[in-house]
Amino acid sequence: MARAVKTRTKLTFTIIGWTIGFLIFFPILWTFLTSFKSEGTAIATPPQFLFFDWTLENYHEVQSRSDYGKHVMNSIVISVGSTLLGLLLAIPAAWAMAFSPTKRTKDILMWMLSTKMMPAVGVLVPLYLIFRDWGLLDTRIGLVAVLTMINLPIIVWMLYTYFKEIPGEILEAARMDGASLAKEIVYVLTPMAVPGIASTMLLNIILAWNEAFWTLNLTAANAAPLTAFIASYSSPEGLFWAKLSAASTMAIAPILVMGWFSQKQLVRGLTFGAVK
Amino acid sequence: MSFRTLLLGAVSTLALAGLAHAETLTIATVNNGDMVRMQKLAEDFTKKNPDIQLEWVTLEENVLRQRVTTDIATKGGQYDVMTIGTYEVPIWAKQGWLLPLDGLASDYDADDLLPAIKDAVSYEGKLYASPFYGESAMVMYRKDLAEKAGVTIPEKPTWDQIAEAAKKMTDKSTETYGICLRGKAGWGENMALLTAMANSFGARWFDEKWTPQFDQPEWKKALTFYTDLMKEAGPAGASSNGFNENLALFQTGKCGIWIDATVAASFVTNPKESKVADQVGFALFPTGGVENHGNWLWAWNLGIPAGTQKAEAAQKFVSWATDKAYTELVASKEGWANVPPGTRKSLYANPEYEKAAPFAKITLQAMNAADTSKPTVKPVPYTGGQFVAVPEFQGIGTAVGQQFSAALAGSIKVDQALQSAQQLTTREMTKGGYIK
Repeated sequence: MARAVKTRTKLTFTIIGWTIGFLIFFPILWTFLTSFKSEGTAIATPPQFLFFDWTLENYHEVQSRSDYGKHVMNSIVISVGSTLLGLLLAIPAAWAMAFSPTKRTKDILMWMLSTKMMPAVGVLVPLYLIFRDWGLLDTRIGLVAVLTMINLPIIVWMLYTYFKEIPGEILEAARMDGASLAKEIVYVLTPMAVPGIASTMLLNIILAWNEAFWTLNLTAANAAPLTAFIASYSSPEGLFWAKLSAASTMAIAPILVMGWFSQKQLVRGLTFGAVK
Repeated sequence: MSFRTLLLGAVSTLALAGLAHAETLTIATVNNGDMVRMQKLAEDFTKKNPDIQLEWVTLEENVLRQRVTTDIATKGGQYDVMTIGTYEVPIWAKQGWLLPLDGLASDYDADDLLPAIKDAVSYEGKLYASPFYGESAMVMYRKDLAEKAGVTIPEKPTWDQIAEAAKKMTDKSTETYGICLRGKAGWGENMALLTAMANSFGARWFDEKWTPQFDQPEWKKALTFYTDLMKEAGPAGASSNGFNENLALFQTGKCGIWIDATVAASFVTNPKESKVADQVGFALFPTGGVENHGNWLWAWNLGIPAGTQKAEAAQKFVSWATDKAYTELVASKEGWANVPPGTRKSLYANPEYEKAAPFAKITLQAMNAADTSKPTVKPVPYTGGQFVAVPEFQGIGTAVGQQFSAALAGSIKVDQALQSAQQLTTREMTKGGYIK
């Protein structure tokens, strides 16, 4: 039976929860508000919260200067593409590690994760040269490949933890019924793992969407996603805070909406394996 | 005629049309007012050159620097025109990464460029980049606050005069600070100011044998003066203020004196953005006991990477964007105050510009006073002004900047900061093979 909780305790926790939530959300809210200010109001002290002349001027300016649609398309293709390709590679790998582990499996998992520990800039020049020679610079295919490689360890790890929760006996039963390996993965394992795969997918789309090192360094004009779009409004010499805020709002809007609709899956994705 | 033949015909016609059509130039630029304006006005270029199309890649300065450096060092060939600073031009030209600009249009008139700027973008007598806009540094101050405090700031002030005025202008009860100076760590942030300031105190980064000089009295004097003055008359949290933060403070009336890049003058006198637009006075960069105004000189320039396949079209574009006609184009569309400053003598001889830009005279004086071949009074083995033109400087400058920023924040003492700066610079210069 659940413990009885006093109303006052509940209220306190609710207030604390909302306050923390608001604090975390505040920078995004502030960016959103700033995007409707003029550059002058944006730097005003004391800062103006809601009572200022709201203007859409920044959005007009951003629209007229950059091709937002092209950047969004690139972001979608790159993040979704790399996630799907990643899943295609990671599902068999995670299957093997979860259901027929060897004594090296743990080491391999650690080794995969260790590739994430290297600073990306360390391999910038070699990768840049490979991309140059293969004609992959400033192409979506190139970025899909790189982001797949970068996120693969995380995808494998997430799927592995999820697959571990599925009883191996069910797969054995399928095998007894004469299912081939491919059929076992496609018809038995995958449907059972759909929630886990979905949350992995969502999380990786978000990671790929926000990736701002490779997407800036390997693109120029054609394959540049929204990260490059934002970077074009930041400036160390000159105040463009309102325009930068407008560009940021436009860049995070699609992924924010997607995150909103798939909250439940995401929370599951982030917490699974936490309670066993 | 079958459908397939028709299709084939159509496709080949399209392909041919595509071939006959455009060459596309990819231009990498920084995000600042003048560059954005150029992008807007570029229609004028494409109208005159219908066979050339332009693609723009605008990036934040540090991102751009990293991006184009990778590309040019690996001969990646992603860009046909690059926006680069005066720091990069001589280093890259020496590496053979840039094409010499010998095919500029006949009316380009290279002799009209300000001599200091022309020197900064030339290597072995050849022009390797074309200046788009240039800047030096100067004093900007609030005339009303100066009057209220009963101080006058002469046209050629000394640091002592600045300190005295700043202290008198400070009124912490109304959040008015006498002086705003850069404190944010970075070779292009606090170290630009502090290197220029050190120059004006007679300090130097290296002696003739590349031995770092932070253990010398001049550096100690400059850094102590800076931290003391900022403690007494500067805003709180100054160690995280860069150009933009100080610009915001000055424009909202929180600073009495701001010493920074001359390009700021057009922002702070713009009534649309600045609350104090009609109250700004100007003076030369202060001197600190030696006849040296800091030798701050910077320009954003258009250069053509050696890896481009479209050198001819690129030179056409560079000519268009940096010749005298472009200045007139901007003036006719956006007014004289918005013309990119600091590159051509003819601009400063133009009475209309002088009328529109009250800071023109001091800017020109500051730019002419800057000598990048002789940045400080003592002899040095390097060129530069607010920076040292060696490839290692980005790393060293930022590391030293972190020490000095910590000294400003008060987390370490001035002596400690100088000692660490001396050690790390010696180590890096030894590694770089300068110190034998």
